[in-house]
Amino acid sequence: MVEKLKKEWFSNVRGDVLAGIVVALALIPEAIAFSIIAGVDPMVGLYASFCIAVIIAFVGGRPGMISAATGAMALLMVPLVKEHGLNYLLAATILTGIIQVIFGVFKVAKVMKFIPRAVMIGFVNALAILIFMAQVPHFIGISTLTYVFVAITLVIVYVLPRFIKVVPAPLIAIIALTAVAIFSNADLRTVGDLGAITQSLPSFFIPDVPFTFETLQIIFPYSLALAIVGLLEALLTASIVDDMTGTESNKTRESKGQGIANIVTGFFGGMAGCAMIGQSVINVKSGGRGRLSTLIAGAFLMFLIIVLGDLVVRIPMSVLVGIMIMVSIGTFDWTSFSYLKKAPKSDAVVMLVTVAIVVATHDLSKGVIAGVILSAIFFVAKISTIKVTKKQEKQNTVFQVEGQLFFASVEGFLEAFDFSAENKNIIIDFSGAHIWDDSAVGAIDKVVIKYRENKNVVTIKNLDSASQKLVDKLAIYNNSNAKLSGH
Amino acid sequence: MYKRILLAVDGSEHSIRATEESIKIASLCKECFIEVVYVADFSKTKRDVLHSQGREELELSRRKKLLPIEEQLKSNSLTYHVKILHGEPGPTIVEYANQGEFDLIVIGSRGLNSLQEMVLGSVSHKVVKRVNSPVLIVK
Repeated sequence: MVEKLKKEWFSNVRGDVLAGIVVALALIPEAIAFSIIAGVDPMVGLYASFCIAVIIAFVGGRPGMISAATGAMALLMVPLVKEHGLNYLLAATILTGIIQVIFGVFKVAKVMKFIPRAVMIGFVNALAILIFMAQVPHFIGISTLTYVFVAITLVIVYVLPRFIKVVPAPLIAIIALTAVAIFSNADLRTVGDLGAITQSLPSFFIPDVPFTFETLQIIFPYSLALAIVGLLEALLTASIVDDMTGTESNKTRESKGQGIANIVTGFFGGMAGCAMIGQSVINVKSGGRGRLSTLIAGAFLMFLIIVLGDLVVRIPMSVLVGIMIMVSIGTFDWTSFSYLKKAPKSDAVVMLVTVAIVVATHDLSKGVIAGVILSAIFFVAKISTIKVTKKQEKQNTVFQVEGQLFFASVEGFLEAFDFSAENKNIIIDFSGAHIWDDSAVGAIDKVVIKYRENKNVVTIKNLDSASQKLVDKLAIYNNSNAKLSGH
Repeated sequence: MYKRILLAVDGSEHSIRATEESIKIASLCKECFIEVVYVADFSKTKRDVLHSQGREELELSRRKKLLPIEEQLKSNSLTYHVKILHGEPGPTIVEYANQGEFDLIVIGSRGLNSLQEMVLGSVSHKVVKRVNSPVLIVK
């Protein structure tokens, strides 16, 4: 136990500290921008990023993964904040945490493994599109200078990393362009126009909401959606970090950890968050592997805000917009286009439907649920098609059955036979099929008895042992005077 | 002769040619051992994870890329071992090569990323510059 703790915390101190600092620098612009998306003060996102990162460092299941305020979660909160205000958001954050802990206890993470990849690809693409769409009001048709600043930011964040790798390019863009904006007195909207920065540590308080059933009714749907989306992104991110580091992680512990982090965050004035793909990748690339890196990222972020809070409010919005455009481009799965061509049609449809529903409802959880249901329907449709091929072998007519025979496929099975044959030797070969239930056995009965009515001789062969057992138990065609009934 | 050969591959045609050359060298001496190294690129991890249903399928898809290479080595009955590393390809190969005691590093001149590596692949470039043992670059 002590051995494991030591390994998770102190096996890579130098790498973890350096990577943690890099991540803190990269987190600041995102935490502010996601607060603005959610419609709350930048401090709500910054406090969330601080609390979540620090707590998940202790209770998370995946060392080296970064959790903080995220776009996926921020997008879900928009209507709640608009209609009911910040305190309801904080209450919803706490409830989100509670739901995630319950998910953890019931090991929901194990079930989430079965979410089809088409849905997950749709999820990240929809997320990217929504983050981009959220930027549009902040830069389209405001001023020419806004466009110029967005463009310069994009150039910096894409070109600079080729030459400077130690400091995250978004931070360089922010420092340089904020300086330019301040010294040239440029007429640009700033972060300060959208909210205030408080230079103090977050403190404990209970959200000011009436503790009634009505409140619960308002926040529950949001909390449930937040819990699902948060967990989904956390598990995807954990798998990515698992793969990058070639190690395993405890998904159930991660689920509970996400929940605990959100509960605490809600009590300290932060919005719900989850694991971040982009930041976790930055962390691992910068050499972060242990829990220490996540702790340093959160702590250093708070330190910077307390020291530099005055300057944060003067960051031009257009620079944040540029950075968010980069985030959305990085989030989008660009191989999706070749995936659409190569993947089975049904998978492509599931992916597109997931994206379409999210973009239409602005709710990632609805897209995911629709995507899962649609893939389930496609799956049933796929396995319920049964293939029956007719062959003539000498004087025998052979029907070769391939597929799963069960209640959903019996109709197709029955339609495949033509019952006009008379005085023939008919063989039904089930070597490529499996019999699942009594409606399947009933269908076999029906076929056999119908053929026998026209004086054909019917032989059934090559049933696998489980199917044979079921047929022996339920079939009536072996009774000499069997008639169609019973099934 | 060269007893321990490190063969860095990415599944591209160049890496298959690199394999052929390694086989020629390896068959010159009996106790020659080839270590095949494939680097799962950090910048492609998100895509790889997203497009595979679970860890097993991911492993499988990577092993599949190396299948033609393994078949060649097997059919020439050479002793070899496949190692999958994670990181940025250039620095990761360099680090691994310098840690183990290899007599020769064999690598294709360029890989799958044609856009970045128009002239000489940046990976093979880094390897030549920073690896301590002799390097064979196969065109």
